[in-house]
Amino acid sequence: MHPSISLTVNGVQRDIALSDPRVTLLDLLREQLHLTGTKKGCDRGQCGACTILVNGRRINSCLALAASHDGADIMTIEGVAHADELHPLQAAFVAHDAFQCGFCTPGQIMSALGLINEGQAGCDAERIREGMSGNLCRCGAYAGITDAVLEVQSNLAEAKERQIA
Amino acid sequence: MKSFDYVRPARVSDAIAAGSLPGTVYLAGGTNLLDLMKGGVSRPDRLVDVTRLAGLDRIELLADGGVRIGALVRNADLAHHAAFARAYPAVAEALLSGASPQLRNVATVGGNILQRTRCAYFYDMASRCNKREPGSGCDARHCNNRLHAVLGWSDTCIATHPSDLCVPLVALDAVVEIEGKSGRREVRLDDLHRLPGDAPERETVLEPGDLIVAVKLPSDAQNFAHHARYLKVRDRTSYAFAVVSAAACLNITRSKIAEARISLGGVAAKPWRAREAEKLLAGLAPDAENFRRAAEAALAEAEPSGDNEFKIELARRIIVRALTAAATGTPERIPALPASPFSGQPGASHDL
Repeated sequence: MHPSISLTVNGVQRDIALSDPRVTLLDLLREQLHLTGTKKGCDRGQCGACTILVNGRRINSCLALAASHDGADIMTIEGVAHADELHPLQAAFVAHDAFQCGFCTPGQIMSALGLINEGQAGCDAERIREGMSGNLCRCGAYAGITDAVLEVQSNLAEAKERQIA
Repeated sequence: MKSFDYVRPARVSDAIAAGSLPGTVYLAGGTNLLDLMKGGVSRPDRLVDVTRLAGLDRIELLADGGVRIGALVRNADLAHHAAFARAYPAVAEALLSGASPQLRNVATVGGNILQRTRCAYFYDMASRCNKREPGSGCDARHCNNRLHAVLGWSDTCIATHPSDLCVPLVALDAVVEIEGKSGRREVRLDDLHRLPGDAPERETVLEPGDLIVAVKLPSDAQNFAHHARYLKVRDRTSYAFAVVSAAACLNITRSKIAEARISLGGVAAKPWRAREAEKLLAGLAPDAENFRRAAEAALAEAEPSGDNEFKIELARRIIVRALTAAATGTPERIPALPASPFSGQPGASHDL
């Protein structure tokens, strides 16, 4: 039996026939939905290049069977910007030189979005580094990545403070 | 990956009926299973997806002071459950020192307990492995084995159990609730995993169809809340399995240790409870000399299984360091880098 599943991908509801129970969310996104922003690095849950948000939480899409995620709400890097306007995290990655080759960047940004949603790291650089440890960057842009995430976190914290005041 | 049938039952009884069939495995978070299937190490005919079974994703604080953790609770959710982390801080610290945030968001409590060894020869299909292919031999025994077992190993298998979570759980007398073909039963976590002996392919006492539905901690596990730590030493600061780890939980009353709980990770095929060391500390002062004696007792039976003699003294020092940190007191908040020597937290230095 090959199940068909329903997913909300970047706000759009899709009904998808699964050709094979082995299909991962990563392969489904890239090969069936042609959303190739999500990258396949190691395909074994070790590099984080395939990070997406499922129901608001960051996961490795290479280790997620599509069949098991019927009904899930998925956000990929393609759903992050608003039309031509970059998401603040994307802008901060540009401003802080947080990438070189760019292959890990979609995963880094989705992971950082997840990290910010989790609300555990705050503006502590050490907690941000630890919180981003599931994303490897072969070019070694870690310092820029930490700075970019830290800037967005700090702006969010300031905005929240202004709201309260 | 070999193809498989995929079923997703809605009820536990249906899952067990399906799970009892030969060639069947349960799928929960899948973070370990899919990796094994991609490598051809695990080749099931049928996956029974248990992720939609109702009621297994709850953390219940019990009236008797204990806690019941559903098998489908995700590692991150358990670690960040405020009341749970306050009562069982070493468990939360162990959870946060494991894997990556992405994996912790998916990996379940039941799956963590049943995860397979990370022995490279178990994963490498070109290597001989008695666990993967009974009777074929063990290539770990004479190859790269600096990370392998120093306690409870046999000539057939020197693999270690990689879980962080299990280490404080076994120290706190966790009990595993199992649903099987003949109903529900409870097994102490300490009795769940088997040592390799001459059958390393049999890793647990579970029978075909058995499904872990919950893990329970007894009420007295809270007695250690003020003096409980989990320390993990890795080859890199973060996102790596333990070379050696230790859970140290103390109940300190009037400057004396009323009760101690100590367990080790990364040293054996199961989370290793150091009962002799615990007994030795009862009634003593929480000081460096007593901690060292306890560490000596904990590793009294240890033997290198290869290029890993260093792990024995490392484990002793990690026990001393964990006990010292526990005696200092559970920190207000779990450090950013739990137990890392690079952490800015007091007590993080190795030079104790």
